[in-house]
Amino acid sequence: MASVTLQNLTKAYAGGSLRAVNDVSLEIEDGEFLVLVGPSGCGKSTALRMIAGLEEITDGAVWIGDDFVNDVHPKDRDIAMVFQSYALYPHMSVYDNIAFPLQIAKLPKDEIDRRVQEAARILELEAYLKRRPGQLSGGQRQRVAMGRAIVRKPAVFLMDEPLSNLDAKLRVQMRAEIASIQHRLGVTTVYVTHDQVEAMTMGHRVALLKDGLLQQVDTPSNIYNKPRNTFVAAFIGSPTMNMYWATLEGQAEELVIHLGSHRLKLPAPLTTAHPELAAYAGKKLIVGIRPEDIVEASTVAAADPADCITAKADLVEALGSDVIVHLGIDAQAAEVRSSDSLDEIKSAEGTSRCVARFTAKSDVRLGQTVTVRLDTERMHFFDGETGETILT
Amino acid sequence: MATAKTYDPELLRAERRRRNNLRRLKGLGLHLLLIVLLGIMLYPVIWMIFSALRPEAEIFGDMGFIPTNWTLENFTRGWFLYGNLTFTQFYINSFIICALAIIGNLLACSMAAYAFARLEFRGKWWLFAVMLGTMMLPIHVQLIPQYIFFLNIGWVNTILPLVVPKFLAADAFFIFLMVQFMRSLPIELEQAAVVDGASYWQRYWRIILPLSMPALATTAVFTFINTYNDFFSQLIYLTDTDRMTVPVALRLFLDPSGGASSFGGLFAMVLISIGPVLGFFLASQRLLTKGIATQGFK
Repeated sequence: MASVTLQNLTKAYAGGSLRAVNDVSLEIEDGEFLVLVGPSGCGKSTALRMIAGLEEITDGAVWIGDDFVNDVHPKDRDIAMVFQSYALYPHMSVYDNIAFPLQIAKLPKDEIDRRVQEAARILELEAYLKRRPGQLSGGQRQRVAMGRAIVRKPAVFLMDEPLSNLDAKLRVQMRAEIASIQHRLGVTTVYVTHDQVEAMTMGHRVALLKDGLLQQVDTPSNIYNKPRNTFVAAFIGSPTMNMYWATLEGQAEELVIHLGSHRLKLPAPLTTAHPELAAYAGKKLIVGIRPEDIVEASTVAAADPADCITAKADLVEALGSDVIVHLGIDAQAAEVRSSDSLDEIKSAEGTSRCVARFTAKSDVRLGQTVTVRLDTERMHFFDGETGETILT
Repeated sequence: MATAKTYDPELLRAERRRRNNLRRLKGLGLHLLLIVLLGIMLYPVIWMIFSALRPEAEIFGDMGFIPTNWTLENFTRGWFLYGNLTFTQFYINSFIICALAIIGNLLACSMAAYAFARLEFRGKWWLFAVMLGTMMLPIHVQLIPQYIFFLNIGWVNTILPLVVPKFLAADAFFIFLMVQFMRSLPIELEQAAVVDGASYWQRYWRIILPLSMPALATTAVFTFINTYNDFFSQLIYLTDTDRMTVPVALRLFLDPSGGASSFGGLFAMVLISIGPVLGFFLASQRLLTKGIATQGFK
């Protein structure tokens, strides 16, 4: 087992004009499960392939443990990789697929057999060892790919979107299995995905990339609750965070947010905990609020009218577990461009979309006017110019 | 206001019958046409088969299709035409050349194809273009220089000029065929093997080659057919009678100087000589048509 260190890692194409990975520095601790997440084309797979040695490094350095591995052949890096397509050898049996790296390493036959059987036991593949990959289901193939990785007992696992070919149900199951295997084996793992649910549920830490640049590296909880900028805020969370242009007025602990024609008083605990907010008084900024922080006022005991907004429901999506309600509110939406986010769903003229997550008990109907309470204490504030968070 | 929806089932059935009859008639006409065309194409072959089975004198004398006297005499006479030098020897000669040509082409062309498909080296695309260029060269242009070259190194009247070039990946078409096939194999398979520690040779031998089986089968079948049927180069390079191959030996039945030609023996031996090609083709048909088991990729 080993740590992985990326120092100013850069991958440039077209003579340097296109940077797929741009100056990424990251310290992945021994035994840590780090998820590299980001929209398509953000450079996460390229970064992983540079760690694996499958992609030449333009600039920067990769360390595995104490070894500088920039020019080390992939086979000498003590890594194992699981590919998106599993890359199982179709002409070999499951046994041979798992044994392949050991056979290449010229291990004694009985040692190979012992290790393959052990991997098969861990992955519950014992009954399928004689089959060919083509005779297995998607989940089983995925497990064979895992088997080929764990049988080598590498210092680092590298996984490139290993669950993206599975159906939704199997993905949930395999997500848990991979996390549990990693936990059991304690092998340092770098896991690439574009799926934020995988990122949030599997990793000890999540590293979010955009256009090759590292946006934030933090625990899933911090990424969700304390996004460093508007991109992180918009990318993580589904439905995505609502973000609007707003102005802050007042001073010290008496701050009021102007959100379109609405005025919302910021609660004292928030302003006290974040005195830096006062510096933005009179300035334009971006406020963000997650859908679950917007609730029906009628369900809150003694909801302060100063925290409430009345709006019309443009779209109601009952998901069973909860109800997603799209409201048209009078505020100017702050657009965060991300290749993975959906195009803005148009709201009625003159209003901006505001997505709220109500409990399943909600009986809001399409076209109904509803009063919602915004949990201002859980609001996010971003600099209007840089998009960086104001709350430190 | 809703209108009553009615239809006449009898009328529908009559219309369906009329359409079916028309379709049957069209099918019948088409089949008749195809059968006539098939007959025209098969006629010479059938005539040859029956000619091999009738006495020599009857071949051009009796215009009938079915022989009046059946005989196997042409087969024995043809096989043993040269006394103690029989067709057994010619078949052995042919098969040795075919086997070596197949082994040579499979090994050398697949290695060259792997290099072009997957390795990175300086001048790769230029070399690939040159290789493709050799495909455009007519055989007549190469014939005399090649003959002089082989004559100078003393290889004429041996099987070496027919076999050694195959081990040097001289068949650009097969290289091209395999390059295209190997390029279609998922690159992840090879990258996985790289991470697993496989060398170039191990990747080629253990991953790429087994997965290229359909392309290899195609190469083997066409190499066999081309070599087995190759009359011209075997004629110019093999001069001794005991080194002759089947197509060259068949020529010996005909006397171009106006002497007696043995058509009965010729037809009988031609009939037998079709066997190996047909047999090889049928045996490898499964490999040729069998798609690669790609289910493991995704």
